[in-house]
Amino acid sequence: MQAMLTGNHAQSLAAKLARVQVVSAYPITPQTTIVERIAEMVASGEFPAEFLEVESEHSALQACISAAAVGARTYTATSSQGLLLMHELLHWASGLRVPIVMGVVNRAVAPPWTIYADHTDTVAQRDTGWIQYYCESNQEVLDTVLQAYRVAEDFRVMLPAMVTEDAFFLSHTFEPVDVPPPEAVDAFLPPLEMPYALSVERPARFGSFMPPDQYMEDRRNVSDGMEAAARVIADVEREFAERFGRDHGGVLPLFGCDDADAVLVVSGTAASTARAVAREMRDEGLRVGVAKLRVFRPWPVAAIRAMAAKTPRIAVLDRSYTFGFGGALFQEVRNAIQSPRGGALVRGYIAGLGGRDIMPATIQGIFEDILAKDAPEVSWVGLREVTEWPG
Amino acid sequence: MGRPPGGDGMARLTIPAEELMTPGHLGCPGCGATLAMRYLLKGLGPRTMLTVPACCWAVMSGPFPQTAVRVPFLDCAFEATGASIAGLRAGLDAKGVKDVTVVGFAGDGGTIDIGLQSLSASLERGVDAIYVMYDNEAYMNTGVQRSGATPWGAWTTTTPVGRTKPQEKKDIMAIVAAHNVPYAATASIAFPEDFVKKVEKARAIRGPRFFHVLAPCPPGWKYPPEETVRLGRLVVDTGIFPLYEIENGRYRVTRKLGTRKPVSEYLAKQGRFGHLSEYEVAEIQRRVDARWTKLLTLEKATEAIE
Amino acid sequence: MIPVRALRADVPSSVELTGTWRTFRPVIDLARCTKCNVCWKFCPDVAIVLDGQGWPVIDYDHCKGCGICEVECAPLAIRMEKE
Repeated sequence: MQAMLTGNHAQSLAAKLARVQVVSAYPITPQTTIVERIAEMVASGEFPAEFLEVESEHSALQACISAAAVGARTYTATSSQGLLLMHELLHWASGLRVPIVMGVVNRAVAPPWTIYADHTDTVAQRDTGWIQYYCESNQEVLDTVLQAYRVAEDFRVMLPAMVTEDAFFLSHTFEPVDVPPPEAVDAFLPPLEMPYALSVERPARFGSFMPPDQYMEDRRNVSDGMEAAARVIADVEREFAERFGRDHGGVLPLFGCDDADAVLVVSGTAASTARAVAREMRDEGLRVGVAKLRVFRPWPVAAIRAMAAKTPRIAVLDRSYTFGFGGALFQEVRNAIQSPRGGALVRGYIAGLGGRDIMPATIQGIFEDILAKDAPEVSWVGLREVTEWPG
Repeated sequence: MGRPPGGDGMARLTIPAEELMTPGHLGCPGCGATLAMRYLLKGLGPRTMLTVPACCWAVMSGPFPQTAVRVPFLDCAFEATGASIAGLRAGLDAKGVKDVTVVGFAGDGGTIDIGLQSLSASLERGVDAIYVMYDNEAYMNTGVQRSGATPWGAWTTTTPVGRTKPQEKKDIMAIVAAHNVPYAATASIAFPEDFVKKVEKARAIRGPRFFHVLAPCPPGWKYPPEETVRLGRLVVDTGIFPLYEIENGRYRVTRKLGTRKPVSEYLAKQGRFGHLSEYEVAEIQRRVDARWTKLLTLEKATEAIE
Repeated sequence: MIPVRALRADVPSSVELTGTWRTFRPVIDLARCTKCNVCWKFCPDVAIVLDGQGWPVIDYDHCKGCGICEVECAPLAIRMEKE
C-alpha cells in the first residue's frame, strides 16, 4: 500500500506495524507528530499499546527500560534536548541489554535554541552503546524501524537502537512510502523473547552493582553485542530486501566509489544531495563518489576500509560538532584506515549545523576542495564572515 | 531448656511468618531500612515486583550476582523511580500479568529531592503501583548529607554544627495528598503490625498508593545500633512522626497518643542532635505540638469523607 | 546458547556470612524465654529463626550483633556477650 507520509508518521506507523506493546514519550519539536499520531492510533484501537504520557524524556526512557525489563516491546522518540536529558538512561538501556527502538529527529542543541537539523544530538551519544541508523528518506525510516527491532532483539545483540531522520527535511516532509501489509511484517518480525525478563516465577535482581574484579568483563560482553550487531545488521538487511523488495544498501551504501578520485562520506538527507551532485560531476568527467554512512554504530570499520582501499582521497562531512580535532565521523574514518604505509588522504568538513542548508554548491565545493592538492585537514564549510556582533 | 511460662507449642505470630528477605545483606548492624523492607515484603507477599533507585538498598542487596530479596528487584536511575513503576506496570499489563503488585522502594533523597518530579507525575497519572519512601532523613548512602527530609536542627555532613539544617523537614505526605491519591500512610519500623496491616490494605486498592516509613539509621543519626527499634517507637510516641493514613482525602490517626512523650527524650539519644540548646529543643517541642494539633484537626475536619 | 551475559543476579545473599562482622553475640537463655517472638520480629538480618517448637534460634552465620534483640526482649532472656 502506497501512502504519502512524513518521516514522523513513517515512524508512528512502523511502531504500530512492529506491534510495539509500550510507548512512553515526551513531546519536543520536531518529534511531536510521531507521538501524536501514535496517541490517535492507540485511542482508535488500531494500535493496542500501553501509552504513557510521561513528564520528561528522562522518565520516558526509564519507563521503556522498565517495561522492556519484563519483556514488553517498547518504543520512544525524541530530539535534541530530550535526547541529551536521556543521556544517563541511554547507558542504562544498553548496559541492561534491553532492545528498545527509539526514533530520533536530529535537531541541533541549545543554546541558542533552535529547532532545525543537525546531528550533534545523536553523534554526541555515540559512546552509549546504542545502534545508530541515519536515514535519508521516509521509506528508509519506516523500513529501518522494522529492521531495527529485528537487529536489536537478536540474541547475539540485545542492544537498543536509534533510527534518525533530519528535522523538517524528513520529519515534516511528505514522501511516497510503500507501507508493507501487517502479515508481511509479522512474518519478518516475531514477538520479542527476552530470556532474562523479570518475573515473579523466576525472581532475580536486574542491574546490580559490581566490584572492579567483574566490571570490565561485563563491559566486554556488552561490547561483544555491538560487534555482533554489524553482521546481524547486514543479514537482516538482506532478508528485508528479499521479503519486501527494498534494499537500503547496508551499513555504507556506495555510489560511484569503485573508480573514484575522491569519495565523500556523508550521513542523512545531505547524502541525497551529494549523490545528485556526484552524478552531475561525473557527467562532466570528474570521478567522484559518495559513501553514505547509514550505520554509525557499530562503526563499520570493514566497509570503510574496503571503500578506502579503492580511493586516494576521502572527504568526510560532519553535520555535527564535538570539539575534537575535526568532526567525529572524520576522526573515526581516519582512525579506521590509519596505516603506517599511507592510505587515503582524509579531510574533514563541518557543514549544515543548526539547520543551515547543505546545498548542491556546498557539496560541489567540498569535492573541488578535496580534489585540489592541499586541502586543509579540517574546515568549516559555508561559514559567513561576521563583522559585527551585538553586545 | 526449661518450660516457658506460656507453655509449649508453635508461637503465635503477629505478622506473617514468611520471609521474603534473606540474611547476609550488607545493611549496617541495626539498620532501620532493612526492617522496612522485611515488613513491607511480609505485607505484600511473593507476587510483587520491586524497583529500587540508587540508595542504601541498592548496595545492601549485595554485589553481583547476589540478591537479598525473594522477589524481582529492578535497579533504576536515581531520579526515575516514579517512571520505573509506570514502566513495570505498563509492561506487565501488556503481557497480561495483572496480579503482580508493582512497588517502588526508594530513600528520602531519591523521593523527596531528586525523585520528586517522577513521583509527582506517576501520582498525577494515577499509576497503579505502591511507592514506599523509607526515610532515614539524609542522603545516607553517600555518607550522611542533608536531604529535604532532614529535620530542623539536625547535624549532617553538609549541615555541620554551626550551620545545622535551618529548614523544616519537607512534608511528603502533604505533597502526595495534593495529588488526590486513594491511599497514603505513614509507618515506623517499630510498629510492624501497623505497617503490615496498612500494606495489606494498600494491596487491595487500585491506583497510586504511598508509604512514608521512618527508618532510623545508627551511623547517620549517631546512636548505638541496639536502639533502632526504641527510637522508632519514641519518634512516634513523641508525636514527631505520627502514624496516620489518608484515604481518599480522609485523615485517620492509626496510633492515638494520650500524653505525648517529650521530644527531648528522643533527641537526647542521638548524636546528630547533641549540639541542640535548650531553646532549640523547646522550639522543636513547640513545632511538634503545632503539627500534632494540625493533624488532629485534619482528622476531625475530614471525618465525614467516606 | 545465548551469548549475552545479562545483569541477572539470583544468588541468595545468604552466601554472604555476615556473622563475621560481630563484636558481640546474642545468647538466649531459654529458661527465661517466653516465646513472645519479639526478637524474631525485630531482627534486621533475619538472623533469628523459630524452631519447630517456637523457640528462637540465633543464626550465628549471619547475625551482626546489633543488639536489638537484647534491648527488645522483655523477659531479659537475651544477653550480648563479647565474641
